Amino acid sequence: MSTILILEQVLNGLQFGIMLFLMAAGLTLIFGVMGLINLAHGSLYMVGAFAAAAVAGATGSFLLALAAALAAAAVAGAIIEIVVIRRLYRAAHLDQVLATFALILIFSEGTRWVFGSFPLFLDVPSYLSGPVTLPGGIQYPLYRLALIAVGLAVAVFLWWLTARTRIGIQIRAGENDREMIAALGVDISRLYTLVFALGAALAGLAGALVGAIQSVQVGMGEPVLILAFVVIVIGGIGSIKGAFIGAVLVGLTDTLGGIFLPELFKLFMEPGAATQTGSALASMAVYILMSLVLIWRPTGLFGARA
Amino acid sequence: MSEPVLATRNLKKAFGALQATDDVSIDLRAGEIHAIIGPNGAGKSTLIAQICGGYRPDAGTVHLAGVDVTSLSTAERAQRGLGRTFQISALAMEDTVLENALLGAVGHARKPWRLWGAVERDRSLRDRAMEALARVGIADLADQITANLSHGQRRQLEVAVALTLAPKAFIMDEPMAGLGAEGSKVMTTFLDGLRSEAPILLVEHDMDAVFALADRISVLVYGRVIATGSVEEIRNSREVREAYLGEEA
Amino acid sequence: MIAERWINWIVLLGFVVLPLWALFADEPFTITLATRAVILALAAVGLNIALGIGGLVSLGHAVFFGLGGYAMGILAHHAQTYAPLELGPLVIEGTKSMPIIWVTALVTSALAALVIGLLSLRTTGVYFIMITLAFGQMFFFFSISWSAYGGEDGLSIYVRNDFPGLNTLQPIQFFGLCLAVLCLALGIHSRLRTSPFGLALNAARQAPERVETVGLNPMRLKLLAFVISGALTGLSGALFADLNRFVSPTMFSWQLSGELIVLIIIGGVGRLMGPVIGAALFVALEHLLGGLTEFWLVWLGVILLLIVLFARGGIIGILTGKAGPNV
Repeated sequence: MSTILILEQVLNGLQFGIMLFLMAAGLTLIFGVMGLINLAHGSLYMVGAFAAAAVAGATGSFLLALAAALAAAAVAGAIIEIVVIRRLYRAAHLDQVLATFALILIFSEGTRWVFGSFPLFLDVPSYLSGPVTLPGGIQYPLYRLALIAVGLAVAVFLWWLTARTRIGIQIRAGENDREMIAALGVDISRLYTLVFALGAALAGLAGALVGAIQSVQVGMGEPVLILAFVVIVIGGIGSIKGAFIGAVLVGLTDTLGGIFLPELFKLFMEPGAATQTGSALASMAVYILMSLVLIWRPTGLFGARA
Repeated sequence: MSEPVLATRNLKKAFGALQATDDVSIDLRAGEIHAIIGPNGAGKSTLIAQICGGYRPDAGTVHLAGVDVTSLSTAERAQRGLGRTFQISALAMEDTVLENALLGAVGHARKPWRLWGAVERDRSLRDRAMEALARVGIADLADQITANLSHGQRRQLEVAVALTLAPKAFIMDEPMAGLGAEGSKVMTTFLDGLRSEAPILLVEHDMDAVFALADRISVLVYGRVIATGSVEEIRNSREVREAYLGEEA
Repeated sequence: MIAERWINWIVLLGFVVLPLWALFADEPFTITLATRAVILALAAVGLNIALGIGGLVSLGHAVFFGLGGYAMGILAHHAQTYAPLELGPLVIEGTKSMPIIWVTALVTSALAALVIGLLSLRTTGVYFIMITLAFGQMFFFFSISWSAYGGEDGLSIYVRNDFPGLNTLQPIQFFGLCLAVLCLALGIHSRLRTSPFGLALNAARQAPERVETVGLNPMRLKLLAFVISGALTGLSGALFADLNRFVSPTMFSWQLSGELIVLIIIGGVGRLMGPVIGAALFVALEHLLGGLTEFWLVWLGVILLLIVLFARGGIIGILTGKAGPNV
């Protein structure tokens, strides 16, 4: 197997991981600040993708489509936070799970109602399509490189936001002590709506960006959501840094496992059986990774609390 | 003198820069009530947690009946004879008072793996639970839901659950809190009689109760034991007055 | 307000009367619907032991449902193709016998629950929810990529499996068999709940530190509850596969795990008959609303939201006026 192929797959894994980071960052932020487990985060990913596909279809502009994805997901997030989610902050985890599961049903079936069951397609804009040649002679799709760049930019933005701004200080204070921050005169319910909308916008952005390389359809959010959970379990709840490292680990494991495990098994098995065993094992690889982290560190790599 | 029932040696525990317990060595001897007093934040709760297994100490040991239990879990220490009551009641609030006492009986009889047969129809478990409730004076509340009890009654139930374990040593975290004058008096009389059964390490804010009950008192300030002695010795110690009672010497 | 005991008997009576009526009215589809409700109820009764008594919010119980389904699918597949399953030196003949399939389903899902429980119970709260969900997804993707048993397409079984002394091809007889298994599971739940183990488990949900201070290990109590719970849900999976004569990866799906929790919450969490009432209502809604609109799940979502926000005790909570255990 050539070095070029390996490097290409590493880039693919990185790109996948970075998109997972956009999901996981919002989830971990929402859990860290409000203590809420949000199953409907995948629905916001889907909302972003559908909004982007609809706007791109109407205007032909990819940038407008991205803006629409961010806006639609943020607005949807703010609405569900105000109508439903804020009643759940002090509720049991079971209630949070059930209420956000109900939101998934409403969002998924509602979207099916409006857009139908057929997948939509979102095209990569012409200025980002086609391959570029990287140092070392690797041909790699420009769009995927752009995804990596956007994801890294978001990671830097989140670091700046939490470490360097007033809102970031409020967010970190809110993680430690709600009463404290309320006593400091911060409007806590507005802060919560803001954080939730920010997480939602990140999910919507991820949905729109990934929507251009996969199809846009109902139910697209949940598999990504569950992988984002795996990322958080590995990285540690509430830690943006953990979410980033966990996401890259999961992205690389999933992508490289799918390519290399069947090859690995071909070394000592007949090709047919090797492909089957290898791909079956590859489908489990990230969960095995998660189990190993759990055995080693039950609260994740960067998690402080249980 | 015989070996202490419970002994800590040089216990240390820090949370970041805060040294919650610093070199704490305390003995609990057979037949005594040993009170730990100290201002809020002195490290009393951290000390109890280290004795009972909630926290691993950074350094030091805990011995129960001559055996080093420092590395054992909370449950294993309980099995070896540590009976604990909580400052903030840790009870099954949806269950009845009797069911909470029965839990202690199930733990004492090591019967948690019995999947068949109603626990309330097991005579030996039920008798043990009812006896403990009767001893602290809440047998008439057996069928009440625990959440409906007053704070004082919950304290009594805490003590009753510890009684079902027939422990070698009691660790009691503020058993008087919320009892009121009359209740305090009853509890004081009860604990006074209990020390012959098993010694009691008593953390308590109610100084009247402490002075009435304690054979010895240790004073904990900023994680350190600044004095240990009889009631008289502690009352008259200048160091204690300065550090704890806040009086000018 | 109605006593819970009366509600329980009325519901059970309904499960006897309705199918008998359907038998005489010649409405076999109603019997099939009732069988579906009984099997889903069995799955949820299993989950209710972990969730309702032990407070374990498992979002991965579809693992056991699916394992039970595939235990049936794989054994029956080898029986109908007359090709034994060869695992190295071990040769396993397929079978069409329900008792053998059931034991296989129980043992397989109990073992899976043991391993998953050991890993996920190292954590609590939100971590536990996410990890069980993730393990569910692992089995889902594994079953899709393992092509020997149909992969994504699943496995069809031509004829329903046999039970000694019954003609399981008759819907009413298969229904009766499933109802008997459900009653057995309800018996297990109610015995367990009042046993020393149930007392300790119930306390471990409410005050784990208390359970530790009486010398018991809450984690081990929860682990056993998880294993028993997983085994019962696994058994229901085998029956479900036999009802449809079909298994596929969707039995492992996270939606199914979510729906099992939904059934319990609709009926009443921690209540003996909560899962049964929930399953009956779920199947009825699915059938009635599903006939009116293609998008009935929207309405299920709305109903669920209302129950979570305003009626925590579910149907039994509303009828008895008692909120029930807090999970």
